[in-house]
Amino acid sequence: MSAEGNGHAATNGSNGLHVGTRMRRKEDPPLIQGRGTFMDDIALPGELYAAFVRSPEAHARITNIDTGGALAHESVMAVYTGNDVDLDAGLPLAWVPPGVEVQAPEHWPLAKDTVKHVGDPVAVVIGTNRYAVVDAAEDVLVDYDPLPAVVDPEAALEGGDLVHDSLGTNKVHEWSLGGEDVEAALEASDVVIERRFVNHRTAGAPIEPRGVIADYRAGDLTVWSSTQVPHFLRLFLAIQLGMTEDHIRVVAPDVGGGFGSKLQVYGEEILLAWCSRKLSRPVKWIETRSENMATAHHGRDQIAYVRMGASSDGTFQALHVKIIADFGAYMMLLTPLIPSLGAFVMAGCYRWKSVRTDITGVFTNKMATDAIRGAGRPEATHYIEVTIDQLAQEMDLDRIELRRKNFIGKEEFPYETPVGIVYDSGDYAGTLDKLLGKIDPESERGRTQDGKLRGIGFSTWTEICGLAPTRVTGPGGLGVQAGLMESALVRVHTTGAVTVYTGTSPHGQGLETAFAQIVADKLGVDPQSVDVMHGDTSQGPMGLGTYGSRSLAVGGESIAKATDKVAAKARAIVAHKLEAAAEDIEVRDGKFSVKGSPDKGMSLAEVAGAAYIPAGDLPEGMEPGLEETQFYDPENFTFPFGAHAAVVEVDPETGKIDLVRYVAVDDCGPAINPTLIEGQVHGGITHGVGQALFEQVAYDEDGQLSTGSFVSYALPSAAELPSFETDRTETPSPVNSLGVKGVGEAGTIASSAAVTNAVIDALRDVGVDFINMPLTPMRVWEAMQEKGGVSA
Amino acid sequence: MIPAEFDYVAPESLDAALSALREGGEDAKVIAGGHSLVPLMKLRLAAPSLLVDLRRVPGLTDVQRDNGTVRIGAMTTHHRVSASRELGVAAMAARTIADQQVRNRGTIGGSLAHGDPASDMPAVLLALEGSVIVHGEGGEREVAAADLFQDYLTTAVADGEILTEVRLPSADGWGAGYAKFNRRIEDWAMVAVCAAVRKAADGSCEDVRVGLTNMAGVPLRATAVEEALRGSSLDASALASAAEQAAEGTDPPADLNASADYKRHLARVMTRRALEEAVAGA
Repeated sequence: MSAEGNGHAATNGSNGLHVGTRMRRKEDPPLIQGRGTFMDDIALPGELYAAFVRSPEAHARITNIDTGGALAHESVMAVYTGNDVDLDAGLPLAWVPPGVEVQAPEHWPLAKDTVKHVGDPVAVVIGTNRYAVVDAAEDVLVDYDPLPAVVDPEAALEGGDLVHDSLGTNKVHEWSLGGEDVEAALEASDVVIERRFVNHRTAGAPIEPRGVIADYRAGDLTVWSSTQVPHFLRLFLAIQLGMTEDHIRVVAPDVGGGFGSKLQVYGEEILLAWCSRKLSRPVKWIETRSENMATAHHGRDQIAYVRMGASSDGTFQALHVKIIADFGAYMMLLTPLIPSLGAFVMAGCYRWKSVRTDITGVFTNKMATDAIRGAGRPEATHYIEVTIDQLAQEMDLDRIELRRKNFIGKEEFPYETPVGIVYDSGDYAGTLDKLLGKIDPESERGRTQDGKLRGIGFSTWTEICGLAPTRVTGPGGLGVQAGLMESALVRVHTTGAVTVYTGTSPHGQGLETAFAQIVADKLGVDPQSVDVMHGDTSQGPMGLGTYGSRSLAVGGESIAKATDKVAAKARAIVAHKLEAAAEDIEVRDGKFSVKGSPDKGMSLAEVAGAAYIPAGDLPEGMEPGLEETQFYDPENFTFPFGAHAAVVEVDPETGKIDLVRYVAVDDCGPAINPTLIEGQVHGGITHGVGQALFEQVAYDEDGQLSTGSFVSYALPSAAELPSFETDRTETPSPVNSLGVKGVGEAGTIASSAAVTNAVIDALRDVGVDFINMPLTPMRVWEAMQEKGGVSA
Repeated sequence: MIPAEFDYVAPESLDAALSALREGGEDAKVIAGGHSLVPLMKLRLAAPSLLVDLRRVPGLTDVQRDNGTVRIGAMTTHHRVSASRELGVAAMAARTIADQQVRNRGTIGGSLAHGDPASDMPAVLLALEGSVIVHGEGGEREVAAADLFQDYLTTAVADGEILTEVRLPSADGWGAGYAKFNRRIEDWAMVAVCAAVRKAADGSCEDVRVGLTNMAGVPLRATAVEEALRGSSLDASALASAAEQAAEGTDPPADLNASADYKRHLARVMTRRALEEAVAGA
């Protein structure tokens, strides 16, 4: 529970305002009544169904495709293969920074001559019967001439078999950020430690898989898709189909989770639109779980060589991280950008003389990687925080004091790190102190009565949110090929009801509630009368979607600014009507009233009435109407931070780990709604714990996917987790008027390091002082065996 | 996840079910709770032409005690078994199966007829030396646990036959324990062990039986452990020493998260724990 109390039913605070209160989620009533609208709830008259034929091979040449058997099914209308599909452009890669050569192979919705990973689509079967198309897809006979599968990314860089012959190399790109002087700084250090990390591949695993319905009729295309980025999708549909945005509408209905895996423009989305245009019928595809595990983009998958140097008193000197990023077979929307997001915060919460990250991207015969919750920052935090514990051990220093000694002080902000990124605000010692008030490290260690090894681990972290200031990310900076601004349109109706259109695309975060709280306070209305619309490109202005913990810090700020404009106009109208000065009009007790004369005022409904039915009585020169649009490009990123602690118990006989306590103190700026923050923190921690202890996307040495279902891809459930203890501090960001920073990925970014450090702390007694994730029982047992530790 | 096309019948008597099965030929399949078969069908790893559902066949959900022997109808759900305290270790093991939704639908007869070496009930049946009743064209026959599990997912229940009842002999005088190792509470056992111990008057081991889950292509008995312990003391060191034999004669299938070596190790640890639990209750 956070400091603001626990009145879960509260809808407004003691000051009559809604921001900061635990308002219940506006979006929940339909969802908990089973009345949401997810992809498979949508059915169009005359719709056709699509089923994909996918490669069972990791790498092969297609020598023949026989579609006759499939076409013989009575209900099948068409079977298309790669060479049938004529698009104006291949699938998009939106990040090619200036001066960096990025190898990007051709990438089409259906493979043309060769397949490059298990699940690569080869053909699509379209028909009138949802069951029959699946049967028919089994009757498409594809002859494959297998080619050697490239699986190990380090071996792939050394030559040998190629993923893409046409490129002549398995290297995608090289990209670096930070000090040229890192070698000198390491040399000047008294102690340097080096560790090799494997940050393994994971999946987004949303409970609703992907799904698309495309409906092209008479020149206009409507696409429903389970996506985080409807406006992006519209843009790329236009480019690839040779259309313009005015003829395309994209709708993201209720989306059952994304976790980054739906921040993508997928071939299936483009292809279904193409098929609908070809057949002049609506076409629907609902992904199976097996398809989702194999062909929704994965995340992480890095090998990192980390060197950390310090002086003999523990003052940090230098950090060098060399990352080999396994990108899989294709460049998708943001594939090569992801590890760079980690490089931005490779300094962590600490002062260094020099920090440098060198990234090498590699092709392998696996599904592409791209953004999965945290996207580069969980990996970076893991390297920093685990290596700091390793350094503390090496130098026999207290790991908490070592962190505290090197923290950037709260008076030092804004703080430019050695990688050239400017942190907005922070109080790292503050979150750590609050954490230590909740948990006593020494009492959480040692042998338990039943013989378990108990250990505690910490992670004091910061991250980068608020994508994105064009100044930093745009073509002149990082080279993202699109502005990452956000938009809002706030419309007050004649009765005083409010509709807000946001370019973000919420899918479970609770943003409809948070946005309504912000608007309600500025306009003196009940949040229940503020309707938040999103996910439909035919409504409201172009926006960028929901990912990267950006929706409140960028989307919410856009809404705040648009609402401020509406409120300013309302004040002008009220001042005019009541013959007062506009600067004397304030929002109080649900009214725009004159300061000092609270009974003299107008409700928003009265103001709106005056704005729409002016009868010649608006201030001189004022347009009628009461709505405003805001586009917002932030000045800087925001940098949430926090201090987390995990406590584990390891069974020394089996290696099984129980996470028994998890305490988190987060700072994402002032809370709009503490309950929503807790929801994000709980989910985020679970995601990071999942990577540390349970989840892994694994391919075998032949490139076959070993984890194709939820039996083998082990998501943790409530039974595997303790009840998290969460709290917060509030350090406002100077970047936006709300002071908010973002929290959707915080728990994920923090937690894998805290858990890993706890496990290492527990295992030190038996001689294990370093271990890589995933910390499966077998891996822990094997580590104990190697060190000659205890065993049954 | 769409299965291949199939026909479906739900006969109202055992005879009607048997004839439907017979008429359906070799690709006809009995369905009980469906929680093993339907996932295989959706993955298209199984494609039966006909499903004969037993849900309307009367008399398959009774639990009766008959001269010490417990007779459990094949369609009794895992939930019902787990809630029947008098079923002892069978109830304990049933409680560990998957999750509540699966336990509400999955059945003891379906699980045994499927014969998955990673599922829980086979090892229990082996350790308790139970049996199953199988009905076929020629009437009914009783198949002892030792004869039931023939190969991977293959049992002595022949085509055209229906497993109707599970029999567990009296457990009077026995203590039993079930030790299961998995990563998540809902997972199949990586390894599990069911142990039953009967003490002699002097406190030594009069008899012992140990069943192993997921240590070979079929569920099997840890006979080396049993031989080491039978007639010996039941103190901690004797249990530990006998448990060291748990991997003898096993052939554990390896997967991403468990090598054969690790499974053998787990079998030893889990056998000791199951024996300790059994001795404490004997």
